[in-house]
Amino acid sequence: MEIGLTHYLTVASILFIIGIFGIFLNRKNVIIILMSIELMLLAVNINFVAFSTHLGDLGGQVFTMFVLTVAAAEAAIGLAILVCFHRNRGTIAVEDVAMMKG
Amino acid sequence: MQAIAFYMFAIVAVVAGTLVVFAKNPVHSVLWLILAFFSTAGLFVLMGAEFLAMLLMIIYVGAVAVLFLFVVMMLDIDFAELRGSVAQYLPLGLAIGVILMVELTVGFAAWTGLEQENMEPGATYGMSNAHALGSVVYTKYVYAFQASGLILLVAMIGAIVLTLRTRTGVRKQDVWEQMQRDPKTAVEMKDVRPGQSL
Repeated sequence: MEIGLTHYLTVASILFIIGIFGIFLNRKNVIIILMSIELMLLAVNINFVAFSTHLGDLGGQVFTMFVLTVAAAEAAIGLAILVCFHRNRGTIAVEDVAMMKG
Repeated sequence: MQAIAFYMFAIVAVVAGTLVVFAKNPVHSVLWLILAFFSTAGLFVLMGAEFLAMLLMIIYVGAVAVLFLFVVMMLDIDFAELRGSVAQYLPLGLAIGVILMVELTVGFAAWTGLEQENMEPGATYGMSNAHALGSVVYTKYVYAFQASGLILLVAMIGAIVLTLRTRTGVRKQDVWEQMQRDPKTAVEMKDVRPGQSL
């Protein structure tokens, strides 16, 4: 059986749903939420590359590079905020983050 | 052979992704995340995007995952306490996951598809993948490329500013002050007589 676009899109959608699932299941643990976001970006990247290959257009792969850049920047900033928050509060429970809401 | 490779990478990626979410220990989560990235890099190679596969290894496995590992191990957190409410959020998460799955399935079923059916390695016109990407990135997408560089700069400065702190009571070496010392100020001559103390 020939492996086509559909197969890759299926894998990407499954990974994306796992990522969303992770955000909802680990509402208290920011680190797992960040990792779930990385998983979702990975699924998006699979979609981009699959369509890029399927259509013979390199634009998708270029865009995947930019998504990778943004994902790396997001991970760095997110973890820096996390370290900062843990230093100030001594915990990383997400519920406590809303304390500025008043 | 391609089918075997695809199913191997795909199944490993999905299983690793699931375990990222469900692992009890966050360190294990990060390790499963590394495995998921690895398998996805394999999928990229199968799709003919070798350069992106290598990029995925370097950026995700080499930098992002190690960053996650550092933070998970550095912060002293009771993760068991944080995991307590999985059962509380399970119905909501399940509902949204099912809704999303249905939406994706319906959207995919309604999609009329494209003409091409089989995956051919992309339109690289006889060039290697990296060569083809380079010929596009620096010409057609040069502004986006510069913007991504700017994003990385902002992220770097932001991360440094966020985590930098000036602690009090830290002894530091003051080179200038050390260089300004000379025998006149640093050495005091005392005339000690025998049998007497200062």
